[in-house]
Amino acid sequence: MAETVLMRNFARPDSHTLASYRSAGGYAAWEKAKAMEPAAIVEEVKKSNLRGLGGAGFPTGMKWSFIPKTHTGPVYLVVNADEGEPGTFKDRYLLERDPHALIEGMLITARAIRSALGFIYIRGEYVQPWRRFSAAVKEAYEAGLLGRGFELVVHRGAGAYICGEETGLLSSLEGKKGWPKIKPPFPAIKGAFGQPTIVNNVETLCCVPPIIERGAAWFAGLGSKTQGGTRMYSVSGRVKRPAVYEESVSITLRQLIERAGGVSGTGRLKAVVPGGGSAPILTADEIDITMDVDGCRAAGTMIGSAGVIVMDESVSIPESLLVLARFYAHESCGQCTPCRESTGWIEKMVHRIVEGHGRKDDLDTILDVAKRGGGTTICAFYDGAIGPYISYIEKFRAEFEALCQK
Amino acid sequence: MTIAFTPEQLAEVRRLQSLYPDKRGALLPVLHMAQETFGYISLEAEAYVAGLFGLSPAHVHEVATFYTLYFKEPKGRHVVAVCHNLSCHLAGAQDLLCHLERRLGIQRGETTEDGRVTLQAVECLCACEAAPMAQVDDRYELNLTADKLDRILEGLS
Repeated sequence: MAETVLMRNFARPDSHTLASYRSAGGYAAWEKAKAMEPAAIVEEVKKSNLRGLGGAGFPTGMKWSFIPKTHTGPVYLVVNADEGEPGTFKDRYLLERDPHALIEGMLITARAIRSALGFIYIRGEYVQPWRRFSAAVKEAYEAGLLGRGFELVVHRGAGAYICGEETGLLSSLEGKKGWPKIKPPFPAIKGAFGQPTIVNNVETLCCVPPIIERGAAWFAGLGSKTQGGTRMYSVSGRVKRPAVYEESVSITLRQLIERAGGVSGTGRLKAVVPGGGSAPILTADEIDITMDVDGCRAAGTMIGSAGVIVMDESVSIPESLLVLARFYAHESCGQCTPCRESTGWIEKMVHRIVEGHGRKDDLDTILDVAKRGGGTTICAFYDGAIGPYISYIEKFRAEFEALCQK
Repeated sequence: MTIAFTPEQLAEVRRLQSLYPDKRGALLPVLHMAQETFGYISLEAEAYVAGLFGLSPAHVHEVATFYTLYFKEPKGRHVVAVCHNLSCHLAGAQDLLCHLERRLGIQRGETTEDGRVTLQAVECLCACEAAPMAQVDDRYELNLTADKLDRILEGLS
């Protein structure tokens, strides 16, 4: 078991309160950061090898350094708490059980990027986490932690997966439908309300106080060569103990499944989704990989949001793909033609196959449609969708063909 | 119903608008307020909210219809939203949905005739460790079975 960094306070009584957080040494990192130059904070986070834990895995310190040095107007910090990737539930725990860790991470980050105004965008369905977090914000204002150079606005979403995409989130924050924006310009140059903006995931920012308090070298040493730290793996599906597990990013997928009690159901592993619904699927033979950004990339999949969904031998892969195909067709925002049209077509074709009316050439049609659209859209939503379309069919083709009549 | 906020609510609208560099940022929060107050987001409610922001009703309509949590027609007194994404699917979400449809006598997406319950099948609510699960109004109900759901339904007025 790895050192517990992110979930260190979860078992404490009333861990969501300021008193509890303070008694565990909370806000000491903020005190330390207040004496540091902003550039020194950015440098420390760069050296820690912290990479974004929301999905893209981009180096956090580098992202912060993209704020134009010559900019004299406002800079905004936006927390992406629009958790929605199928199989992921870690940010819900952080918002409910350690909200002050996130506020402290925001305070330090705001100092690093010279931001006086931050927003947290919490998915609309997260009513309890929103209440918990809002109560913590109120405490932080009353204690003078917030409101002295940094204001924090808690913003509720209204139900749309695409708002987890950072520019879709910004559109939504601006009072529009959540359509992603063409990049460049990236948000660090022109983001919320037209100003330079850093968008970071909840878990990513919760790593910042420990990095400042205990040092970049310590944090980097917890992880792999190219990614520092531990992270929270959401493990669900056919395992004996579905839960969120904090482990080093260098844990293997096999070890992680064992940590969750092993495979349930038939007890025999068939497949695993390693990084949320949009990650290409892995077969039972492919689980000896490290669960960091680069380890998963080398295995042809992605760690994404680290939502691990385990499937035992009794699970139907075509039915599982239908669930995801329906999801993508439902959640496509409709802005780009390849995504809007293909997600609908593919859902219909997978549906037809699962219902027993498919044709064998449907499989090649799906692969053709999926591959043609890759890289042609404004955001990564469709590239995320084609991961499952292609990998489920290519790795489990016989199971699909068995359902096709001709 | 007259579509208008109280003076206190209008003050809250102005407070929310003042939090954003452009007051339009408060549109989603104010639409949440409108739905709580008026029950759902009717065309009249959209036009009213548009007036509070100096926006066209068409813009507010575009926003209100983009998000799943805004109801465009009257909803039941309670909303039962069963997750049917992958982890809940693997844990039997379809059986739960079929059970609820039989018990309530409606299809997913519909509201019972007495206006008590709206039933929905929704995408991942991110509580997969406790699959199958559902959101019943504000609450997450975890590790569901048909029996457990029945008891929850009995508690809804």
